[in-house]
Amino acid sequence: MDRFRMIFQYFQSNSESVMNGICGLLALASVKMYTCFDFSCPCLPRYNMAYGLGIMFVPPIALFLCGLILNRQSLVMLEEWRRPQGHRRKDLAVIRYMCSSIMQRAMVAPVVWIVVTLLDGKCLICAFSGSVDPEKFVGFANTSPVQVQQLLAKVPCKDDELMRNNTSRKAVSRYLRCWSQALGWSILLILIVAAFLARWLRPCFNQATLLQARHWSNYIDIEQKIFEETCCEHSRLFAHKCILHFFESMRQEIKLHSFSLPREGEGAEGEEYLLRGITDQDQVNKLLKVWYYEKPPLDVSQVTQR
Amino acid sequence: MDKFRMIFQFLQSNQESFMNGICGIMALASAQMYSAFDFNCPCLPRYNLAYGLGILLVPPFILFLLGFVLNNNVSMLAEEWRRPRGQRGKDPAVLRYMFCSMAQRAMIAPVVWVSVTLLDGKCITCAFCTSVPVETLGNTSHPGLSQGDMKRVLARIPCKEIYDGQELIANEVAVRYLRCISQALGWCFVLLMTTLAFLVRSLRPCFTQAAFLKSRYWSHYIDIERKLFDETCAEHARSFAKVCIQQFFEGMSTDLAAARCHPPRKAPADAGEAAEKLLGITDQGTMNTALKSWHRCKPPLHLHPPALHSSNGWAGEQQPPAHPPVPRREMAAYYSRV
Repeated sequence: MDRFRMIFQYFQSNSESVMNGICGLLALASVKMYTCFDFSCPCLPRYNMAYGLGIMFVPPIALFLCGLILNRQSLVMLEEWRRPQGHRRKDLAVIRYMCSSIMQRAMVAPVVWIVVTLLDGKCLICAFSGSVDPEKFVGFANTSPVQVQQLLAKVPCKDDELMRNNTSRKAVSRYLRCWSQALGWSILLILIVAAFLARWLRPCFNQATLLQARHWSNYIDIEQKIFEETCCEHSRLFAHKCILHFFESMRQEIKLHSFSLPREGEGAEGEEYLLRGITDQDQVNKLLKVWYYEKPPLDVSQVTQR
Repeated sequence: MDKFRMIFQFLQSNQESFMNGICGIMALASAQMYSAFDFNCPCLPRYNLAYGLGILLVPPFILFLLGFVLNNNVSMLAEEWRRPRGQRGKDPAVLRYMFCSMAQRAMIAPVVWVSVTLLDGKCITCAFCTSVPVETLGNTSHPGLSQGDMKRVLARIPCKEIYDGQELIANEVAVRYLRCISQALGWCFVLLMTTLAFLVRSLRPCFTQAAFLKSRYWSHYIDIERKLFDETCAEHARSFAKVCIQQFFEGMSTDLAAARCHPPRKAPADAGEAAEKLLGITDQGTMNTALKSWHRCKPPLHLHPPALHSSNGWAGEQQPPAHPPVPRREMAAYYSRV
């Protein structure tokens, strides 16, 4: 009993911390992926916007889905949502609670990616360099529209031969980076304020419902883990009985077909018991052959009824 | 039994995490292999495509097969698939479950390789540099070249040191273009794989949960049964060996005593454990004979019941049983002879 209690407590405390750990790891992985990723803007008029916005939004979607996949509780929630009602009512508040906690954790890594991207600035410079107003910048003011587009598209590429020592390029780049970083910090501030308010104001609304929802969501999680554990235990016992029954039936069959002396009197005497009546090479070979060619049926009812 | 039970539970709960661990290690190994690999584009018209696509597609295939090889459950699946039906039906759902879970784990390392390759861009740059749209990206003022010459020039794009087509199309422009396409493909691939994984995982509870629980239980059962059977056989083999050797020593001692024409020496009742363990062999000559006999003439794999020990020593038939007649089979029992 003590052992089971320790296991329950372990699962209880660990479910939350495991999920938080995964969340943190994904956020770190997201930053690492961004720094390892070799951003290279194509510097071509239509491709820039697609590339820049693609890099800003496609990886967060993938990270969000990863966050959902790696979180065990999302499966538990889906099962609870889709199960037939049966004898147990379904409580939508519990499902909503689980859903919101899963979503919150899954949103961390994408938000980290987007904020890091904005603070770094390369994506926005690449995406919007073609959209700035050329009149504001000296070097681009007096050129034809087509050429201006080509030049502006090359702004993100510092090493391009046309742009190498162009001061207007640096001006456009700084301008866009300033916007990008402002946007990044604003988003970060808004999110932190929202999180702060949500945590502080939560006790003012429906605290009792929240406590209930949290309790029952933990319960469902633990119940599923224990069910799996019990199934494992059961299948182990089932296999044990099945194999013993098999050895016993082999022993009966051998006794029937050979004329060796009956060994009823041996009882459970150490080695004799472990030998289970199989005492020579042919018998062992026969046992192994029958085990492969004719596995016993999955039915240990006669064994348990004895 | 308690000890075995704890070990089995540990193995069971840990088998999943063990497999996941191997999966993660292979994914990291795959990324590391790619960064350690020295990519060398041949920069020749037809070879580029073969090299680039080969590096993109052949290692993932190898990693996929390796994922299966490193998975212990492959032999279990093969055994369950090929066994004769016998008294136990075969459930194709269980086989499918086992195969799917192994395939999913084996897919991770190849997917990581393909993603890293596409996001890095070198392979696609090498493979498709001859297909760059020169009309849109190149310098229009350049006089036209023949197809073959153009391909030859474009094929050298990945090799900056020998590139001689700067007037045709700037090297950086072409490389940036190809790399952008490659990275876009890479991120789309990552998104596609993640979406597939998400769908596979989340659609299951919606449609086939009961069947899934059944398949999972029976696939665990098959695994545990196999392990327990091996365990029981090992236990049996141990006891078999112990009794066989014990009978060998006793037979030896009885034989020698009979050969010396005095009755077998029974250990006196109060001699204690040590004397019993000597198994009647108490001098150098006897021991040497026993060892020689063990080497030259190992006993048959046939344990005789203890009641027959007194008749040991001479080849002969076993005594007929005392109970009502059962179909008799001639069994030759030969004894070791020094």
